[in-house]
Amino acid sequence: MRFSFPLPLALGLLLLAAALAGLSVGSVAFGPGELLSALAGGGDPRIAAILIEIRLPRVLLGIEVGAALGLSGAALQGLLRNPLAEPGLLGVSSCAGRGAVVAFYFGLAALSPLALPGMALAGALAATGILLAVAARAGPQDGGSLTLILSGIALSSLSVALTSLALNLAPNPYAVTEMLLWLMGSLKDRTPGDALLALPFILAGGGMLLAAGRGLDALSLGEDTARSLGVDLLRLRLLVVGGTAAAVGAAVSVSGSIGFVGLVVPHLLRPLVGHEPGRLLLPSALGGAVLVTLADLAIRLIPTPQEVMLGVVTALIGAPFFLTLILRLNREVP
Amino acid sequence: MLTVRALSVHRGGRALLDGVGFTARCGAVTGLIGPNGVGKSTLLRAVAGLPPQDATVRGGSLLFDGRPLPTMARERARLVGFLPQGHAVHWPLTVRRTVELGRLPHLGPLGRLRPEDHTAVERVMAATGIDGLSQRPVTGLSGGERARVMLARVLAGEAPLLLADEPAASLDPGHQLRLMEVLRAEAVERDRAVLVVLHDLSLAARCCDHLVLLKPGGGCAAGPTPAVLDPALLREAYGIPFAVTEAAGVPLVIPTLPPKSDRGVSRHAC
Repeated sequence: MRFSFPLPLALGLLLLAAALAGLSVGSVAFGPGELLSALAGGGDPRIAAILIEIRLPRVLLGIEVGAALGLSGAALQGLLRNPLAEPGLLGVSSCAGRGAVVAFYFGLAALSPLALPGMALAGALAATGILLAVAARAGPQDGGSLTLILSGIALSSLSVALTSLALNLAPNPYAVTEMLLWLMGSLKDRTPGDALLALPFILAGGGMLLAAGRGLDALSLGEDTARSLGVDLLRLRLLVVGGTAAAVGAAVSVSGSIGFVGLVVPHLLRPLVGHEPGRLLLPSALGGAVLVTLADLAIRLIPTPQEVMLGVVTALIGAPFFLTLILRLNREVP
Repeated sequence: MLTVRALSVHRGGRALLDGVGFTARCGAVTGLIGPNGVGKSTLLRAVAGLPPQDATVRGGSLLFDGRPLPTMARERARLVGFLPQGHAVHWPLTVRRTVELGRLPHLGPLGRLRPEDHTAVERVMAATGIDGLSQRPVTGLSGGERARVMLARVLAGEAPLLLADEPAASLDPGHQLRLMEVLRAEAVERDRAVLVVLHDLSLAARCCDHLVLLKPGGGCAAGPTPAVLDPALLREAYGIPFAVTEAAGVPLVIPTLPPKSDRGVSRHAC
């Protein structure tokens, strides 16, 4: 009960600060006054152009993508009752990545700015359809989680193989570089169109995941108890799988795959909400948004000859964390 | 009053339960006994609305106070409280929060606890003697403490019908008796029907008003405790002889094995 109100509020304020920093920092730095007047529609038109055409989509996308990853990580960990679950587990991210690579391969990316995220989204939706069919067929008892995880592994492997095939048969080295860089994940050079394309899917998916909170709480006592408390496990599973697929699929479609946010954020915040899976959802969405916004900010501040990809940075932070998490879990379980 | 009429549950052409019928009265504790694999848990799960995977209820009816048990999960949850075996908890929730989860069937769409929910939670925590553990993580408790927390969780739902699957398993004698006492108080003072699976026949003899003995091959014997704890009936169900006696004013049911005189083993096997 201690943190029930202040935690989301604190994270919200942190997110606001990070977003404002994200808007003002870059190759041209703006003061708060310039920022305000540009956002209000006045001031120097060049500053307004930079802000609205370049920085604002980037910051908005960071928030959307981070929230989608953090929220779906928290929901999946609750559904599978496993702190090592993460959005990539279901294979939706790699299916979206495959869609994008196909768009590069056939040169569709050059035709229209929306072709690339559109193809990625189509890949994610196909994966979602398969996963929902699996989730609906899995029995009401514990086998369901295992079936989901195994289907996710199968989908990922298939997508990774198809992605490698596209890289393998790529028409020229330039295309290979393009595909590889996209897969690493970045928020660079995104348009307002990208932010708008992903938004409805992330909002819809996020709504589904937030609605799952109470069922996830009941599930902490096991599937039998949850069912005896009136929780419809099939509905719960469809909410979490469908919500994750929509939110993460859309996020990957516009940003490429950004790893470890969905794993790390819920784990960091869990002790602050008394380990309750339902109360972890909203803070994880906010925390994910903060983390991605800050990571993107760090990329723009660190002077490197070529901009470091966002997915690389989150993985660099996330992987060692993941390792310590596993080691600590091993120690706790007798 | 729970009325079970000619209940049959099948899985893959095999009968898990065949034509079982009995009643469990409000204000009394009814014990469900029988050998392993005879379908005690299946029966409890069928009443709770959670039949085992791939199993189908083929026939019979389940009535509470003359009305069929609701099929809607949430309505059923308000009427039937179910305490499964195992006492699983997957996250280190606090004791208080764990007990609060028992109120879920009564909460509105936002899941916010109302004053009456808090009252119910505090009452059952006091009744089970866990009010001192309120902020402890439930994963760090001893087996006996955890059993009491889980009992409080199911009591918090204030369902008129309580089902408990081997709640006394793996508890020490003191915890067993106290747990049965809480169940009895809940039944008598709040006029609930309590149906509880037990393996310890002496505990069943001591703490249950009525017994239902499930027999292998279908059917059951139901009635007041002394009538069901009949050596001939027990032998028929369990396949070994029993001595039913009394010591220090407490009923005792002693299972025995036929003597193995040819091997020179003691007459009192084990």
